[in-house]
Amino acid sequence: MLPAGAERELRLDLFRGLALWLIFIDHLPNNILTWFTFRNYGFSDATEIFIFISGYTAAFVYGRAMLEAGFVIATARILRRVWQIYVAHVFLFTIFLAEISYVAARFDNPLYSEEMGIMDFLKQPDVTIIQALLLRFRPANMDVLPLYIVLMLFLPFIIWLMKWRADVTLALSVVLYALTWQFDLYLSAYPNGFWAFNPFAWQLLFVFGAWCALGGARRMSRILSSPVTMWICGAYLFFAFCVTLTWHLPQLNFLMPKLIEQWMYPITKTDMDVLRFAHFLALAAVTVRLLPKDWPGLKSRWLRPVILCGQHSLEIFCLGVFLAFAGHFVLAEFSGGGVAMHLVVSVAGILIMSGMAWIISWYKHSADKSASRKKGAVGNADMAGGGS
Amino acid sequence: MKSNPAALLGLTVLTGCFVGLLAVAPALAQDAPARTQDAPASCEVPAYLLTTESTLPKVEHAVKSGLPLDILVVGSRSSTIFTSEASAYPARLQAVLKQMLPKAVIDVSVELQIKKTAEEVAVDLVKLVEVKKPTLVIWQTGTYDAMRSIDPEDFRGAVGEGVVALKEAGADVVLMNLQYSPRTETMISASPYLDSMRVVAQQYDTPLFDRFAIMHHWNDSGDFDLFSPTRGLDLARRVHDCIGRALAKFVIEAARVDPAQQN
Repeated sequence: MLPAGAERELRLDLFRGLALWLIFIDHLPNNILTWFTFRNYGFSDATEIFIFISGYTAAFVYGRAMLEAGFVIATARILRRVWQIYVAHVFLFTIFLAEISYVAARFDNPLYSEEMGIMDFLKQPDVTIIQALLLRFRPANMDVLPLYIVLMLFLPFIIWLMKWRADVTLALSVVLYALTWQFDLYLSAYPNGFWAFNPFAWQLLFVFGAWCALGGARRMSRILSSPVTMWICGAYLFFAFCVTLTWHLPQLNFLMPKLIEQWMYPITKTDMDVLRFAHFLALAAVTVRLLPKDWPGLKSRWLRPVILCGQHSLEIFCLGVFLAFAGHFVLAEFSGGGVAMHLVVSVAGILIMSGMAWIISWYKHSADKSASRKKGAVGNADMAGGGS
Repeated sequence: MKSNPAALLGLTVLTGCFVGLLAVAPALAQDAPARTQDAPASCEVPAYLLTTESTLPKVEHAVKSGLPLDILVVGSRSSTIFTSEASAYPARLQAVLKQMLPKAVIDVSVELQIKKTAEEVAVDLVKLVEVKKPTLVIWQTGTYDAMRSIDPEDFRGAVGEGVVALKEAGADVVLMNLQYSPRTETMISASPYLDSMRVVAQQYDTPLFDRFAIMHHWNDSGDFDLFSPTRGLDLARRVHDCIGRALAKFVIEAARVDPAQQN
């Protein structure tokens, strides 16, 4: 399904795999490995990487499908992918519900009688489950897939528009982003509150990814290779690093000018603050520059596990969310949250994710080989595209 | 990657890891409770969690000139223990302060604002202060907002307004944040609310009693097993006793009062 001559872009797989690992680590209680995640060194975090690369790969694969097979067929394939993601989300919700019910039934410490009120939704499972199916009830850590579902739902339209005028599409996306900030657009959630990742804002990253995939990246390469760009990006990344440093070391706070503080804070994740977006762009620009497409390390055995995870991202993402639940559970039940145990759980989780990616890849390449060639190719498109 | 035996080997190794993990877990688990059961909890708090650059001038004045020190705790359900209010931290705070400042007249009262967001509480704060005229208001908040996932920005605004209103009404303010509650960590996302309170405290130069970090420290150091599913009141009482002590130290430190001089 990939364009003739073009090899699979391993850098995308590498960074998406890395993002999946980091999202898993970020979902566990803080531990030593948390210090290796991006969010401690700048404004943006793994979620940005994940959404951008998902937009890129989805547009790449389905954009090609639209060119070859037409709008209807491509849309049908995208919708099937949306359905898969939706089912995955519901599956995760079921596991979450089981975990919560278990805790609610067993845990009755009077110290936490207030916090236990969060389980009140269990008293009306009818409402809760319907709201979950409508994507309005989304417990902590389960916010990314609903965002992804909504973005994918609009993908046929986005690609169609891009085929007409890519730059206009990107401009429209920026306008929607600006309107979101201007008029405070949001989607409400159940029982109250709002979507933790506002799709009206986050679409910008997804559309930008699609724009890059459909030729934007090539057109930008002149700008990207200019040393001026590198200097600006480097300076901005350094600035972000310094700012984040003051969060971790409050003693340094006096160094932050009050004016900048007032202008800058809060840096919201919900609406994907411009500073976050800019941070992601700078990070991406520097990475693309430092890590050439044909870097031999991409084929090395050591990076293989990350790349494999990135290639099967929907499955591995879901597994990661599940493992984060399971990890919490293991920590709570067995160790009282000891430091060594934290590390063991994190590392075991990453090993399991890599192992699973390996098995899935084995299925695809060996077990399913007997399937007809054509069928295999279609399945392949979904794998790469959904990106999941 | 294509070879079948390699994949099977991988699967075997992974299963091994997981089984190993489960086998190790109970072994590790055995030490933790052993440390926590006996002893009336040393529950020491590292000094950095009890120091603050912000001050409590009204408290300082009251203590130094022998005026009565009226403290009002405004808080949610985690500011009390149902059926055992006398062992909750506000009562413990009063007892410990009396020990530390034997000459002072100290009165701690509690105003529970259950199932109310910071915004809803902030509206009533001024009324409460006008009635009771406290020297110091300890405002414990954030838990209910986190549970309802109120927009952190709205939360921050509400806490800020509340603090300003209290100060204008003539009271010193100490902010107290959420409890560390490991069992509900996957369900309640505390960090935006912790951050918001930190920002407000800094913005209005108000001492922040970091209950979250303190309880986290106790859990990590083995003073308390906060994962415990116990139904009994004992753990809650001991934790509240320790919070009361730490809070007393924090208030005295922030008011820049030297207990030794009081005797």
